[in-house]
Amino acid sequence: MTSPENLSVRRPASDYPPGSMAFPHRHLLGIAGLQPWEIEFLLDEAEQWVDMNRRPSKHDGRLAGLTLINAFFENSTRTLLSFEIAGKRLGADVVNMHAAQSSVKKGETLIDTAVTLNAMRADAIVIRHGSSGAVQLIADKVGCPVLNAGDGTHEHPTQALLDALTIRRRKGKIAGLRVAICGDILHSRVARSNMICLSTLGAEVRVAGPPALMPPAVETMGGTPCRDFAEALDGADVVMMLRLQNERMQGQFIPSPREFRHLYGLTDAKLALAQPDALVMHPGPMNRGIEIDSHIADNIERSAITDQVEMGVAMRMACLDVLTRRRRGVEGWT
Amino acid sequence: MSKLPARPLTITNGCLVLPGHADPVPGALRIIGDRIAGIGDVTPGADDVVHDARGALIAPGLVDLGVFAIDPPAFHFGGISRAALMPDQNPPLDHPARVRFAAYSGKPDFWVHPLAAATRDLAGSEMAEIGLMKEAGARAVATGRRWIIDTGVMHRLMQYCAMLGLPLIVHSQDHGLSGNAVATAGEMATRLGLPQAPAEAESIAIARDLALVRMTGARVHFRQVTTRAGLALIRAAKAEGLPITAGITPAHLFLSDVALGGFRTFARLSPPLRCEDDRQAAIAAVGDGTIDVIASGHDPRGPEDKRLPFADSQPGMAGAETLLPLSLGLVRDSVISTERLFDLIAANPARILGVEAGALRTGFEADVMLVDPDRPWQVDSSRMAASAGNTPFDRLPVQGRCVALFKGGRLVDQMKG
Repeated sequence: MTSPENLSVRRPASDYPPGSMAFPHRHLLGIAGLQPWEIEFLLDEAEQWVDMNRRPSKHDGRLAGLTLINAFFENSTRTLLSFEIAGKRLGADVVNMHAAQSSVKKGETLIDTAVTLNAMRADAIVIRHGSSGAVQLIADKVGCPVLNAGDGTHEHPTQALLDALTIRRRKGKIAGLRVAICGDILHSRVARSNMICLSTLGAEVRVAGPPALMPPAVETMGGTPCRDFAEALDGADVVMMLRLQNERMQGQFIPSPREFRHLYGLTDAKLALAQPDALVMHPGPMNRGIEIDSHIADNIERSAITDQVEMGVAMRMACLDVLTRRRRGVEGWT
Repeated sequence: MSKLPARPLTITNGCLVLPGHADPVPGALRIIGDRIAGIGDVTPGADDVVHDARGALIAPGLVDLGVFAIDPPAFHFGGISRAALMPDQNPPLDHPARVRFAAYSGKPDFWVHPLAAATRDLAGSEMAEIGLMKEAGARAVATGRRWIIDTGVMHRLMQYCAMLGLPLIVHSQDHGLSGNAVATAGEMATRLGLPQAPAEAESIAIARDLALVRMTGARVHFRQVTTRAGLALIRAAKAEGLPITAGITPAHLFLSDVALGGFRTFARLSPPLRCEDDRQAAIAAVGDGTIDVIASGHDPRGPEDKRLPFADSQPGMAGAETLLPLSLGLVRDSVISTERLFDLIAANPARILGVEAGALRTGFEADVMLVDPDRPWQVDSSRMAASAGNTPFDRLPVQGRCVALFKGGRLVDQMKG
């Protein structure tokens, strides 16, 4: 299988302010609060890692000697793996902490866990937690950079960045594109981070989902709420489908998965409403046959779903590199 | 019970906050035993203890309708001499013995008026022994910080309270709409990704309970009415002549849901903070008389309850110390007069509880506070008198401070310096 051509336009490094001015944040807790050029800086930084990751020897030792802790308080396969690979390819010592094996089960508070990780002299901590705001709470208590790998229904910034990178490489740009984000918006941190990220970068973001799964005030985050799926899809350049997050639902939000597929599942007929070359994306894991039909997901001409996974590793390498520069004493990063 | 003060007390050289006078009146106050004996133009007797107010306001001690903990240092700091204790205790105040114990727990320096749990375990299904709890000292009945889902239970409860002549204090949040929500639906909750409920959960709950008041004639106090729609229902019901009253906390008057930014758990309250428009409506409702009571909702909670992810933290704020200064802001902003302010924080709560306090009247309990209404200070969550510093007003500069507090004619707290 050949990779699609990279249409990305990288900015010359001289476009950015020098050193840490290009990305002055200590943590990556969310996309909210990032300037457009800060997002573009991270995307540009990731390009080199995409190239390296395609070479047989995938190693760069710049994080050698640094300890990266992946503290996952919520189950995850791909994000954890992606961060682990990203850390290892940069030479860091990577340790994974699963809540299931930890003292969290014994009643230790989140703050105590954070203080413990800090005392072990981690150089960067990646956190996923089921409660919105939990990552920020930890970030306030530790002395090293913290990367949010998803907190409740708040934000999932590296997902939005990797999605932006995927779109930019496949479409050559982000500004001016029409992006439809569809499905369970209410419970989706991916939708929130993507709405902010893509609208900040100049895309027109439309949002659609069953009314009970649409939060209020999405327009304040850069999304345009649509009445139905068809309106969101109309002429879209990118169609981003979201997983129905049954595990976060308290009560019934839709009558049945079958009915959800009927109204909001991405089928050939629905996809025909979008641009003929519209890109189909999904943050995974997919519920095949519910929010997305299998053959659409597997169509490499249209689907960027495996690209997203590939970009994920590169994007996370870029984030780990940039956020640890201060600590590593990289020139200009004070 | 403590012995009554042996000598009369005269507080001189102050400005009296008196019923019927919008603005404070210069004068003195004489107390014999634990009762107010003379007001205004009084001269101290030969045997009197004389306390010089040095120009401070002489006001009734505050009556705080609905607190969650007995925390005398915080109450004394805030000029609060009596508080109605919510039944949401562990275990709940749903048994006469617990009510009797709570009623004695602050004496003699502070009086606690326990609110009887409306239902066993506050579960909302079976009525508690309200009549026996009345005998044990309960001045009112409360549903706790939750809504009684079953309308049949609520109907019978109101009938019963009407028979006993006890006011019923209710929490207005429709359960189906609010579910596990921790924030009001809107931009802030969406941005933060917090479980949210529409503000209408309040007005829907109020509408049901108003219908039941019409059926039963029960005296109902809506403890916290915080939305424009809810306040409109209360205003209309009062015009109709229903025997209802409504309250609010300073948090809902002076903060909107913007305060949740950064996942500040000190701003996690129940009901949650509302949008700015609702806040403006609440200020207007204080001005036009729709709101009868401002209470602190005092609920000190330490890090084990608050230093958690937002949705996992417990609701509540330490409010006793900030009730007076924040409410005084309403007078400074010309929303209300000084007289009306003390109706809201002393006289009306006392009236609802049926106690002879909360106003400077001859024969009333001598719960008296001296206030320097302009004294500046800064709220500091790390240095509070309360047993925990969970205030959403941390670092706020405020004006107005209780400088001395008398309970039943005895000086129980005095500010140093």
